[in-house]
Amino acid sequence: MIRVEGLLAEQGDFALRAAFDVPRGRRVAVAGPSGAGKSTLLAVLGGYTPVTAGKIIVDGVDVTARAPDARGIAMLFQDGNLFPHLSVAQNVGLGVRPSLRLDLAERQRVHEALAHVGLSDLADRKPGALSGGQQSRAALARVLLQSAPVLLLDEPFAALGPALRAEMLSLTSEVVTQSGATMLMVTHAPLEVAGMVDDLIFVDAGDVAPPAPAAAVLADPPPALRAYLGG
Amino acid sequence: MARSAQPVSATPGIVAAIVIVAAVLAAFLAIGSRVEGTTGLRAAEWQAVRFTLVQAFFSALISVLLAVPVARALARRRVPGHALLVTLLGAPFILPVIVAVMGLLAIFGRNGWLNVGLGAVGLPEVSIYGAHGVVLAHVFFNMPLATRLILQGWQAIPAEQFRLTAQLGLRSGAVFRALEWPMLRQVVPGAFALIFVICLTSFAVALTLGGGPRATTIELAIFQAFRFDFDLGRAAVLSLLQLAVAGGAALIALWVLPPMVVQRGQDRLPQRWDARGVGLRVLDAVWITFAAGFLLLPLASVVIAGLGGILDMPAVVWRSAWTSIWVAALSTVVLVALALPLTAWLAQVRNGGLEGVTLLGLAASPLMLGTGWFILIFPFVNPASLALPITASVNALMALPFAVRILLPPMRQVMTDYGRLSAGLGLRGWPFWRIVLLPRLRPALGFAAGLAAALSVGDLGVVALFADPDVATLPLQMYRLLGSYRTDAAAGAALLLLALALAMFWICDTWGRRRDPG
Repeated sequence: MIRVEGLLAEQGDFALRAAFDVPRGRRVAVAGPSGAGKSTLLAVLGGYTPVTAGKIIVDGVDVTARAPDARGIAMLFQDGNLFPHLSVAQNVGLGVRPSLRLDLAERQRVHEALAHVGLSDLADRKPGALSGGQQSRAALARVLLQSAPVLLLDEPFAALGPALRAEMLSLTSEVVTQSGATMLMVTHAPLEVAGMVDDLIFVDAGDVAPPAPAAAVLADPPPALRAYLGG
Repeated sequence: MARSAQPVSATPGIVAAIVIVAAVLAAFLAIGSRVEGTTGLRAAEWQAVRFTLVQAFFSALISVLLAVPVARALARRRVPGHALLVTLLGAPFILPVIVAVMGLLAIFGRNGWLNVGLGAVGLPEVSIYGAHGVVLAHVFFNMPLATRLILQGWQAIPAEQFRLTAQLGLRSGAVFRALEWPMLRQVVPGAFALIFVICLTSFAVALTLGGGPRATTIELAIFQAFRFDFDLGRAAVLSLLQLAVAGGAALIALWVLPPMVVQRGQDRLPQRWDARGVGLRVLDAVWITFAAGFLLLPLASVVIAGLGGILDMPAVVWRSAWTSIWVAALSTVVLVALALPLTAWLAQVRNGGLEGVTLLGLAASPLMLGTGWFILIFPFVNPASLALPITASVNALMALPFAVRILLPPMRQVMTDYGRLSAGLGLRGWPFWRIVLLPRLRPALGFAAGLAAALSVGDLGVVALFADPDVATLPLQMYRLLGSYRTDAAAGAALLLLALALAMFWICDTWGRRRDPG
């Protein structure tokens, strides 16, 4: 689970406020207008942007002051999720051990993760030789191995076409089910992900609304969300 | 607050900076301890200061004045071998000074091609020795550098602007006033300042072509006080003068110094509609021919004369070539060991002024450092026995400002592009270096190491101060051969040295570029 207590993050004139609870294993969409603070929220949770006040608690542990890799949080960014000079297997192996000195059992786990996302044959390729969808699969294989209790997705599939994006979302859903992770994903199209999330967090002008059941909210959105959705 | 994602510890970089400052400061203090006991500045010292400033001024001025038309011609014409010529403009940077001097002597010297030509038509011969020879050699080295810097300025003018001037029907002169003059006003002062500072610490050129009361730089005067009179007090006073002159100028230049760009003749040429006249074509052709000839003829003569002399070289030349190779290798290792942690640190701090640390190496001239370190160590050990390690260290310090300027931009880029991803995966410290930083930096690192190796292998500076007759690097050996009028052997050595410098640069640069695509 992830709990956010009295969180305040300031960047120049912009201030982000949040306080919410997401129980273990829940899947949450984070929606809102451009510049509202969706990406900032994820960057703060992930430990990439400093916090002015408040606490971030993952599985009962206060991780507010911890480094990004020590928070029990895995994150996929909009782009740049793979190192272009490393092979797919190496990129995925970083999820096991950052030094990349893997023993036989760990190599086996890398192969299993690659097989799981359907990239067994491309393990030795560089990301540049992969299609956009295959790159997303490689990043997901790494997330699988990181086995963090919380997964943050900052629109990693935004550059893919609609069909491919749907495919990646269902693969992500599968990965999350398998690992039992709590997931927060930023989306510009709440309706598109409505089927795979439980809750929805609406972010507007730096204010983060607590998660509410997605189906109910989308069926009868509050005024601000209604305006954003254009319904 | 979350611990900020700094993937590389600052400590090694700070240690490297301290080592650099300490090395310069130690020399400075040692020199200071020797200054007392000498009586003020004599006329000869003032003469050296004056000549240093005057020759640097004219070297920079002439280099820049010649570079502008050459750069303009290269910017608006595509001639056969265009890319090669632009690449070649980078060659003098890694060309050993003494090799270039040898080439210039072959063209402009007493029996050179120019004087033979002048004699054939009954004109008096010109001498390359003296103040104008020093300036000529400096122009040979720095005109190509100025051309590259100014050419970058030209290439930075967007092609759309030339299209617009064509649409408006502006002629060549109007285009110059509208687009080119504003660019030149920005770029030329920087190029001038850089060349001025480089020429202030000129030693090898003054040693070979200058000399005498009218053509002695401060750097050469330090050498003479040290080597001929063994007057450490005077050498110390001169070193302080050198530090004041070059240090002051380097500080000023810091503000106008253009960035170093890895430029490999991959030039794009915007279409130009204002330069189609026959007169302008002829003019540009003349300038390009002049620049190519000025660059290539001395080099060609080195190769031709060298091929004849290479069999004539005594065994000692081969020995000194071997010495030069390992001095350059050691120097490159020292440079990389200093530059990598230093740039990693600089890339993570916001204070850009800290980069000035590296300019200490440039402001503190080689002979000043050499004099200072000599004073420090000679009570304890025979300085000649440390001549080569000291040469390697000083050469590394001299290459440092260039290495940092080459490495810092890609280092910052890596931190920006992959800092977050690395932090999220727990990549920091040595694994970050090994898995992310070094592979991404490899091309820049190879280029910087190649420059350092080539500069070091061709350096004739502090080694002349320390070495006894038994020890010599190849450039020093060549200088000795020239001094004893063994011109053929010296020509052979020049070709060998040229080959060494190019090979060392090529090996490092190729290592850097040989990378899997990605």
